[in-house]
Amino acid sequence: MGDALANLLNFEKFILMVAMRFVISVLSSSTSPATRRALRFAQALLAQKHEIVRVFFYQDGVLSAANNLVVAQDQEDIARQWQDFIRAYDIDAVVCIAAALRRGVLDHVEATRYQRQGGNLAEGYQLSGLGQLHDALQRADRHISFGGA
Amino acid sequence: MAKSVLLMSRQAPWAGIAAAEALDIALAAGAFDLPLSILFLDDGVYQLLEQQQPKMLEQKDLAANLQALPMFGIEQLYVSKYSLSERGVTPDQLAVPAKLLDEVQVQELLRQFDHLVTL
Repeated sequence: MGDALANLLNFEKFILMVAMRFVISVLSSSTSPATRRALRFAQALLAQKHEIVRVFFYQDGVLSAANNLVVAQDQEDIARQWQDFIRAYDIDAVVCIAAALRRGVLDHVEATRYQRQGGNLAEGYQLSGLGQLHDALQRADRHISFGGA
Repeated sequence: MAKSVLLMSRQAPWAGIAAAEALDIALAAGAFDLPLSILFLDDGVYQLLEQQQPKMLEQKDLAANLQALPMFGIEQLYVSKYSLSERGVTPDQLAVPAKLLDEVQVQELLRQFDHLVTL
């Protein structure tokens, strides 16, 4: 019993030792294979008990944060899968506001501000500035970006 | 101590908004007084060329922003010698001063930073 407890404690310690804090940047649109890989990578991180400090959506990556994408039934809906993942695990998901606005991804506040019809930012996502990327980088051990140049 | 970031800018200035969006990451770091340097790599080296005519493409001029980077606290600009020669660009054609690095020096540079951001 004592051994089992000791083993368990060691195991916990081991997890604490190797667990790292990650920032993931998603830079490509939801139809890009890189965006799918980013999601699978994020899922694998949680499965291995790592921490996701933040997922930052920038450049065409912001398109995955739109809740009005319609994907044919026989195709994978990666944007939707990202959205389900972010809600299910309460992931800190920040979408660069400037990149989002110029690509037509708006929350209700911005839609009102710019007199556009309704917001389309998926639930669980937050529009904010690039400072949020830097803030996350400062708190992370690793930054992995998907879909960049 | 703040973690340092190396931004690798790899897109030509005329290839859409990517180069400008990379630059915005640098300016944001400057605004928060965070240590960031930029390495211009691959087509990104075209951003440094003199005598560009962005107006012909109905685009904004990035060069002025690049020249202002030191004022925003951006620590150092680097450019890959290999990327330049691959494109037939000589260092004297660069309008923005950047430190020339050969391939070995680029590898060494990458190891000096806490985080890499590639756009």
